[in-house]
Amino acid sequence: MSENKNDQLPLWEVFIQKSNGAPIKHAGSIHASDKEMALQNARDIYTRRNEGRLLWLVPSNAIVATVIEDEADFFDPADDKPYRHPSFYEVPEGVTNI
Amino acid sequence: MNNNENLYQFLLRCADDNLIAGQRMAEWCSNGPILEEDLAMVNISLDFLGQSESFMEYAASLDTTGKTSDDLAFGRSEREYYNHLLVEQPNDDFAVSMVKLLFFSAFQKELYTALMEGKDERIAAISAKAVKEARYHYRHASDWFERLALGTDESLRRLTYAVEELWPFTENLFETDEVYNSLFAEQIVPDMKSIREKWMTTMREVFSNGGVDIPANVHMYAGGINGYHTEHLGHLLCEMQYLHHAHPGAQW
Repeated sequence: MSENKNDQLPLWEVFIQKSNGAPIKHAGSIHASDKEMALQNARDIYTRRNEGRLLWLVPSNAIVATVIEDEADFFDPADDKPYRHPSFYEVPEGVTNI
Repeated sequence: MNNNENLYQFLLRCADDNLIAGQRMAEWCSNGPILEEDLAMVNISLDFLGQSESFMEYAASLDTTGKTSDDLAFGRSEREYYNHLLVEQPNDDFAVSMVKLLFFSAFQKELYTALMEGKDERIAAISAKAVKEARYHYRHASDWFERLALGTDESLRRLTYAVEELWPFTENLFETDEVYNSLFAEQIVPDMKSIREKWMTTMREVFSNGGVDIPANVHMYAGGINGYHTEHLGHLLCEMQYLHHAHPGAQW
């Protein structure tokens, strides 16, 4: 775990699946000292109003992320290549979650 | 007064246990050690209030004088409350609150599991819903018991203090009287001895996981279910019932 600058417990990212087959989406974050506490805290904060059926908890420092200063170098080269987008295809009727 | 005095009395005990446990737990609101735990404790408090309401509504439906569940919650004095002594004990610190929740939730999960098989359908239905909450409360409390036991010297010291303070109120949870025995004869409530055995098995496991000794040769307190309480309940009721007394029938 990375050093906390304050007395907060380590940070965890919370992912929730709303219903069977749906993608598991990032919902927010919580603090917890261990895996079980992370699950319970996420349950109490994010799923008390029927928001989900499955929770994933990931220690925030286990996530590899791009840095915002690299945004231009990282993402701009794809900007002028619309042919890379699969938007020229017809999506069959009834297909969701795309 | 009502059609079934014993059933009415038992329903009030269940309702009062939950109401007082919920009111105590709600005292943590905005005072929790961290935001996440604050929310967890308030959630647990709301679970208790919901369970209390279910039992209180049932009790009110048996009351022939037309009392509502609000009348029962806010219109009864200390001697007319029938909760167990454990739940009215002060929060003191976080360890005391978690040990209290551990003892109580372990009791509730066994009681509800058994009540689901009982002859009274409405109690069985309330219990089937409530047992899921009790199991979660137990999970939350037993995890904290282990963390505090295996944490620092300070957390172990506080946990040990909490166990010594609260253990004397545990035998009271399994106390039976004529009211209970008559409902047992009707197969509405379970054999309290078997509930106690299951509870003790759970405690042995939790205490052994934390490397903490179960107190031995402790003087046990009795009462609560007969309307006799420790000095703490009166103060709790003053605060809980104040608004209703100042503004009878207030709604929002």
